[in-house]
Amino acid sequence: MVLITAMIDAPSDFPPLPPGLTRAPYWLFQRADVYASEQKRVFQGPCWSYLCLAAELPDAGAWRTTAVGDAPVVVTRDEKGAIHAFENRCAHRGALICIDNAGKGARQFACVYHAWTYNLEGTLTGVAFKNGVRGKGGMPASFNMAEHGPRKLRVEIIDGLVFGSFDAQAPSLADYLGPEIVTRIARVFAGRKPVVLARYTQALPNNWKLYMENVKDSYHASILHLFFTTFELNRLSQTGAIIVDESGGHHVSYSQIAKAATGNAEYSAQAIRSDSDYKLADPSLLHGFDEYPDGVTLQILSVFPAFVLQQIQNSIAVRQIVPRGPDAADLNWTILGFEDDTAAQRLARLKQANLVGPAGFISMEDGCVGGFVQRGVVGAPDACEVLEMGGHDATGSESRVTEASVRGFWKAWRARMGI
Amino acid sequence: MQELFFAIAQANAAYARCIDDDRLEQWPDFFTDDCLYRITTAQNLRDGLEASMVFANSKGMLRDRVSALRTANIYERQSYRHMIGAPSILKVEGDRVETESSFIVVRIMRDGATAIFATGRYLDVWIEKSRALKLSERAVVCDSHRIDTLLALPL
Repeated sequence: MVLITAMIDAPSDFPPLPPGLTRAPYWLFQRADVYASEQKRVFQGPCWSYLCLAAELPDAGAWRTTAVGDAPVVVTRDEKGAIHAFENRCAHRGALICIDNAGKGARQFACVYHAWTYNLEGTLTGVAFKNGVRGKGGMPASFNMAEHGPRKLRVEIIDGLVFGSFDAQAPSLADYLGPEIVTRIARVFAGRKPVVLARYTQALPNNWKLYMENVKDSYHASILHLFFTTFELNRLSQTGAIIVDESGGHHVSYSQIAKAATGNAEYSAQAIRSDSDYKLADPSLLHGFDEYPDGVTLQILSVFPAFVLQQIQNSIAVRQIVPRGPDAADLNWTILGFEDDTAAQRLARLKQANLVGPAGFISMEDGCVGGFVQRGVVGAPDACEVLEMGGHDATGSESRVTEASVRGFWKAWRARMGI
Repeated sequence: MQELFFAIAQANAAYARCIDDDRLEQWPDFFTDDCLYRITTAQNLRDGLEASMVFANSKGMLRDRVSALRTANIYERQSYRHMIGAPSILKVEGDRVETESSFIVVRIMRDGATAIFATGRYLDVWIEKSRALKLSERAVVCDSHRIDTLLALPL
């Protein structure tokens, strides 16, 4: 149903895409009109976007600013404990309503420009000098406050992750994610209350889709990231699997370290840089604790369009991608622990935070490799990515030597974009 | 006090030269064996959030940073130019000195692009041992929470 709607008002001024899912032309990462269309059809279309953690809104009147695509959004908690989200755009002249990252104890929001006020749900409740001064000026009698206000988002929460959607047609969040993704999110939180350990932003010099491709690309993980490979945090020869949901847009890649270490023959044969004698002077970095009974030491989960939930050993984080034009994106990291962490567990998380983020032993390369693509393809908008590793379809597999989840991303993206 | 000021300013100057001259293998020697070195943001410090972008609580972890940068991690050729301000001496207790110094780091990329990469302050604890000053703690507090592309070389 959603797909048909998208097809009916499909934009006609984009060139046709090659058939199948194994080719993506580089103009998709370059054109401003593609970017603008994505904001409308993907981010503000029938999709769900991560807004914040429920734990970041502990009390009534707590609020945070966030974004859905590049649209600014405010998330609030009201007196009854319910969480609301609305566009951070005054209904009057469009100014930001909230001009800080977060706050607490708010009863209402007043736009600084002309003091139009909103309640915690984002409903317009007051217009300064609505009736004029001494009977002169003011809004005309025909002005009806109920007809004005920033757009409100639907809000749903899963395991303390707050998601929002601009689109009334979007399925429920659980239906949008599908049962496998829901299970895999629940696995990470395991009913515990998350605690924010740090926040920072990595400014990526590339289109947001290049980062999402990277996240979904299990093929590169042990090749680009030597740190991973050498310490057997992740080798393609470990046991693990890829899950791709039916829409293609969500994925899980997970692995566990086999107790009997698998041989290095395949790696040595490829002459890949990532086979070295590199040893740590202080291996306590990798001395984590058994957090998950299933023995899974790595799980990267993505939700279309631009959300990532990460478990790398005991390093738990959520990543939100905010597009900033065709060739830039902000990657917002929120590093997590849990309320019931012991002191030793917390210290292990602080140490393993070294693995991720802009200085991450295993993630700093992901900050630059998208830029290498963005710059590499400048002169070749009509050339295409080759996405044939592991076949042509977008289904899960036990092998992680596959680009199935990248093809899945394009399957979902094409369905939304109607091109 | 004047002597101490001079000694700390000199140690900071040597620290900056060590990184900017790409002598990273010598960088851990500015620290004690059981040091704490971390890179965080002003916002995280203000909010009492304890995790860092870089965290090392031993000299071994600093050495591992360097060997990872040399052998494991991939990043485009780049260098820094540190400008470290005069140290403010906050507290002296025996051989232990607490200081704060501001810094600006300019990053120069392979293609010549030169831009302010980070500004902030060092919150330091120095220990004087056999007439040499070593860092037992250096918290690098970046003013901004936003890092361009990646943070490879130490600050």
